[in-house]
Amino acid sequence: MSARLTVPKTYKLAIGGAFPRSESGRTYEVRSPKGEFLANAAKASRKDARDAVVAARAAQPKWAGATAYNRGQVLYRVAEVLEGRRAQFVDEIVAQQGVSAAAAGAQVDAAIDLWIWYAGWCDKYAQVAGNLNPVAGAYFNISTPEPTGVVAIVAPQSDSLLGLVSAIAPALVSGNTVVAIASEPFPLSAISFAEVLATSDVPGGVVNVLTGAPAEMAPWLADHSDVNAIDLAGAGDIDWVDLQVRAAETLKRVIEPGEILASPQRIAAFTEIKTVWHPKSMA
Amino acid sequence: MGFLEYAPAPESRSILQLKDSYGLFINGDFVEGRGGAFDTISPADESRIAAISIGSDEDIDSAVAAARHAHTKVWSKMSGRDRGKYLFRIARLVQERARELAVAESLDNGKPIRESRDVDVPLVAAWFFYYAGWADKLDYAGLGANPRSLGVAGQVIPWNFPLLMLAWKVAPALAAGNTVVLKPAETTSLTALIFAEILQQADLPAGVVNIVTGAGATGASLVRHDDVNKVAFTGSTGVGREIARAVAGTGKSLTLELGGKAANIVFDDAPIDQAVEGIVNGIFFNQGHVCCAGSRLLIQESIHDEVIDRLKTRLSTLRLGDPLDKNTDIGAINSAEQLARIQELSRIGEAEGAERWTAECEIPENGFWFAPTIFTGVETSHRIAREEVFGPVLSVLTFRTPDEAVAKANNTPYGLSAGIWSDKGSRILAVADRLRAGVVWANTFNRFDPSSPFGGYKESGYGREGGAQGLTAYLKGASA
Repeated sequence: MSARLTVPKTYKLAIGGAFPRSESGRTYEVRSPKGEFLANAAKASRKDARDAVVAARAAQPKWAGATAYNRGQVLYRVAEVLEGRRAQFVDEIVAQQGVSAAAAGAQVDAAIDLWIWYAGWCDKYAQVAGNLNPVAGAYFNISTPEPTGVVAIVAPQSDSLLGLVSAIAPALVSGNTVVAIASEPFPLSAISFAEVLATSDVPGGVVNVLTGAPAEMAPWLADHSDVNAIDLAGAGDIDWVDLQVRAAETLKRVIEPGEILASPQRIAAFTEIKTVWHPKSMA
Repeated sequence: MGFLEYAPAPESRSILQLKDSYGLFINGDFVEGRGGAFDTISPADESRIAAISIGSDEDIDSAVAAARHAHTKVWSKMSGRDRGKYLFRIARLVQERARELAVAESLDNGKPIRESRDVDVPLVAAWFFYYAGWADKLDYAGLGANPRSLGVAGQVIPWNFPLLMLAWKVAPALAAGNTVVLKPAETTSLTALIFAEILQQADLPAGVVNIVTGAGATGASLVRHDDVNKVAFTGSTGVGREIARAVAGTGKSLTLELGGKAANIVFDDAPIDQAVEGIVNGIFFNQGHVCCAGSRLLIQESIHDEVIDRLKTRLSTLRLGDPLDKNTDIGAINSAEQLARIQELSRIGEAEGAERWTAECEIPENGFWFAPTIFTGVETSHRIAREEVFGPVLSVLTFRTPDEAVAKANNTPYGLSAGIWSDKGSRILAVADRLRAGVVWANTFNRFDPSSPFGGYKESGYGREGGAQGLTAYLKGASA
């Protein structure tokens, strides 16, 4: 009896809780380091990027308006579901990156643990970054961090899962929604991760994942007037200075390319401090 | 003399000991600028005050070099305790020379002495006093143990609160261990130069603060300088964009405090008398030359007529005139250029169909003046509802429900400040949550404090000034 014929997955985009193909109809071949065909990934277009921003904006008020406790639980749920699919992610990483199963496993474990670390920040970050300010007068004055809005991310290009997770998680903690451009050579784990999000109570549109060429899509996101911040973590090999110049037109918050350190500062980068004053009076 | 007329009560200028011309303050000394000079005038009567040097590219080079040297050799090595002591000294010297600084500010800027004396200068001292105490406590600023200064800060400030904006920039930069090159606004350099004298009295080490006067080109040269590590700018959104482009790819840290078009929302349960005072303070404080001014008044429809009537009555009692007169409420517009912009946008407001009302008041013959003006019947698409006028011009819109108020308030590319007037606490908190603005004043307006972070969302810029957040804008973590 011959071996069972496998059922390969079609990898599509993740926009607004759905998994559409690129409206452009374009795909690109994803191959293993040895050159074996793995999949035809969707090659997202400008229109896809704009659709993703619309979905992210639509989802933002509800995600930000959820209680911090609820956001923390939803994000924790993501880690649970990811843990259950560990084997799938290990296989995909081995196939794309050509690393050993042990190395792939370590990457998945690190991604899960990092995700939990950030999930736990949801209902603590405002306590650490906020203040009651002792102003010189009879006023109640309080500062608190709020999400900046829609965050565009060029995910790290050098791996398939951990880099993406490192970039997305800190933006979600405070209530931002995300449009992420996945690693161009290793896009498959990003789409599988979007499937994890879709089955983890993360509302549709909170995380939108585009696959394709960052150099093609990132300029549209840098220009887009409904994007509040752009994380260029994985844009080191494309013309990121041009992206930063474009982002200046709408005064986006920009994170320059570089290593992503797990830190509250990463959460802070996608927040705005709001300060509210009110008089105190016995009258 | 009528009920609301007052005899003139001018503050004496004799406390000022002005020089005929001022140089640049570089490396602890006043030196002549290599880019020429211009006269700074009083906007109240267009009289000449003094000649101000224009810093050239070479002057910026010298100032940045002095700041770099001071950072490397002196300021970054000094203990936080001693840096703090210098800042405490500066705070005290500002208090000692407060009246002189207030008179100079009102003379050069045109703002009423009542404001420069009671708001600007006391806050300047408070700012230095607040950040002085931070200098030896940087481990608690929020970046972990042993945070480091960024290096040389290039700071460009506006003309609306000349000395106060200097304090907002210089105090946290020095507390964090940075050195500074500061470019004051072209029309309001005077108090920065008196401040340089204060630094000499404080015996601040040479090069820690350098003040280079001039116009836009001098500021552009500073923010583009290769050896500047941090750029901090307060001013228009247009110039902020240019700076963000210029800084792209350089690795410089950047904070921008830009324009605003704040909504001041008055609900039908608001304490009306207090709200009217707050509306007046919100838009007519400092002639409306305030980036966080409450320039869009959103009134719940049912109380619109009552609020407008009371507002007009109140505005009719404001006294416009000599900034140095202690009874003056509304001073001079800072420059002919700014006056022209206010006049143009007001003309456009009328042309677009809004109804204009201007307080009756005598306009002095010389100088730059604009009487308090209200536009009613303004629609969200009107330019006077969208663009920053930066003058004593209030645009009035209406709303029916809290949701509509929030939607209209947030319908702007800016996000600096907002106001809420209501006696219902739960509604204030819910509305404050939904407003996309960095500072929300509820049942008050235009309050400032060094411990209170200030700064915008969206196109009002990024970064905060004031509080611990204002300090970390000049620091990096030990691991960074």
